[in-house]
Amino acid sequence: MFTEENLRKVEEIKKRYPTAKAAVLPVLWVAQEQFGWISEEVMHYIADLLGVPFSHILGVVTFYTMYNRRPVGKYHVQVCANVSCMLRGADNMVEHLEKRLGVKVGQTTPDKLFTLSEVECLGSCGTAPMMQVNDDYYEGLTFDKIDRLLEQFRDGKGDHEGKRAEIRTQNEESKG
Amino acid sequence: MDSNSRLFAQNGDPAFPKIVLPDIPDLSRIEVYEANGGYSALKKALGMAPEAVTDEVKKSGLRGRGGAAFPTGLKWTFMPKGTEKPKYLAINADESEPGSFKDRQILEYNPHQLVEGILIASYAMGITSAYIYIRGEYYKWMMILQGAIDEAFSRGYIGDNIAGSNYSVNVYVHRGAGAYICGEESGLMESIEGKRGYPRVKPPFPAQNGLWGNPTTINNVETITNVPAIIWNGAEWFSKIGASKHPGTLLFGVSGHVKNPGVFELPSGTLLTEIIYNYAGGVIGDKKIKMVIPGGSSMPPIRGDQLDGVKMDADSLRTVGSAIGTGGVIVMDEDTDLTSVLLRVAKFYWHESCGQCTPCREGTGWIRKILQRICDGGGKTEDLDLLNRIANNIEGNTICALGDAAAWPIKFTIQRFRNELEEEILSKARAKSAA
Repeated sequence: MFTEENLRKVEEIKKRYPTAKAAVLPVLWVAQEQFGWISEEVMHYIADLLGVPFSHILGVVTFYTMYNRRPVGKYHVQVCANVSCMLRGADNMVEHLEKRLGVKVGQTTPDKLFTLSEVECLGSCGTAPMMQVNDDYYEGLTFDKIDRLLEQFRDGKGDHEGKRAEIRTQNEESKG
Repeated sequence: MDSNSRLFAQNGDPAFPKIVLPDIPDLSRIEVYEANGGYSALKKALGMAPEAVTDEVKKSGLRGRGGAAFPTGLKWTFMPKGTEKPKYLAINADESEPGSFKDRQILEYNPHQLVEGILIASYAMGITSAYIYIRGEYYKWMMILQGAIDEAFSRGYIGDNIAGSNYSVNVYVHRGAGAYICGEESGLMESIEGKRGYPRVKPPFPAQNGLWGNPTTINNVETITNVPAIIWNGAEWFSKIGASKHPGTLLFGVSGHVKNPGVFELPSGTLLTEIIYNYAGGVIGDKKIKMVIPGGSSMPPIRGDQLDGVKMDADSLRTVGSAIGTGGVIVMDEDTDLTSVLLRVAKFYWHESCGQCTPCREGTGWIRKILQRICDGGGKTEDLDLLNRIANNIEGNTICALGDAAAWPIKFTIQRFRNELEEEILSKARAKSAA
């Protein structure tokens, strides 16, 4: 299932830890990069790949919120709704996004372009309100800024898939 | 280090040293970091006996910046000596406490000083593998950090026989995946081991039984970033900055209803009012302050009319019934609806409770439900007593401190804002019956 490049990454990841089990989180990240979400099939695959019981993989995937257990839109819009953001109007931003995207929190647009989520504190309290879209933070949000961003995403700009370089592992490679 | 060196507070105002966030452009690049004296503290440390390095940190009075303010040097001495087992260092970059956004600044602007601190700490404790646990959402900062690690590796600061010594160490980044509880040190270790982040029962403590059953020390990003400056300038220099029992600078992250939110590096013991009014620009619309949470959402709040004279260090805050936590200062103006704030905080702890301990798993859920009912206009003033009782049944009755963290905001807000909360409950109930 994994591409050859990703299989090579898995081997590098395993070298960082004394047990194969410790590779579960980073290997799930590799899987999510390749497939966009973690299906049951992928969980079985990783269980076999690492020699860890399927039940353990399932337990991990269901514990951590960032592993998507369902496909998400091309742009996963995640708005921080915690206290500091709330004090700076996060609720209004969520409402605005719901209106603009025509979906409620937790839903994906029919064209599969956007999934809207509310998330807990993203450590961006000084630049509240804010949202994360895929890997990137967008801070100091206003209605205008949101509208501009959505426009860009619809135009295919701000699509960072191309530059989603995997975490560099020069450290390990040069050791060979 | 030459006279142009600006790292480790070598140049600048000695009354306001910038130890962890010096104002040097492009410091995240290794050439710039080295040109300003970077990695010279590591070389100095490698020329010392490991015990002497630990001793220097101990004498400096450095205390943990992750919330508990535990003496760092003392923590290092808990690591067993002469053991055959591998020893590990875990760096907590899981910054997830609502109101905290300080470690992120270090990762972005001064990652090499963090790496240098990790190497010095590892040498002091005889550690051969260090893991930096970074929250999954900090993708950008993880990339910056990994870049810094790779640069340090290519210059021979990481790997075999570092900086020409006969000491070898590896540094790895481990990415979390969205779980506040992994900021708790034993949850963090479980997560590095590839499991659900369930906190462990203590004892045994990590120094005896940490990662994979081996001796492990866990330190916060900001804590470790202070270490190179301490080794370079000496313990005495550090111990004279700020509050004597909690010395050094602290990163204060100010958010909420202020004009100029941000992270400010100031000596410990700085007045809270100075931070809010001089550095964060005061309150938007020049309103009065109703409530301040001084150290991230878990810490007991302080009333706006009791801010005068409050100093921001561990001991001073304890005397006013709060705690320094992560130094995340959340400011709320006089128009803030406290029951909504409490509901938001309660939702957070309910969502983040790992579910191992019944008081926390069930209690956080009930607190959330009652506050939701209050916010929907169905509350009674006696609900505050009920909330208080639930909070008291969580506090101290759980494996880890998340239970306390969930209980304190509820319990202390009720204790300190009873009148305001009762008024809100009644007015929300009136609004509902009028509708």
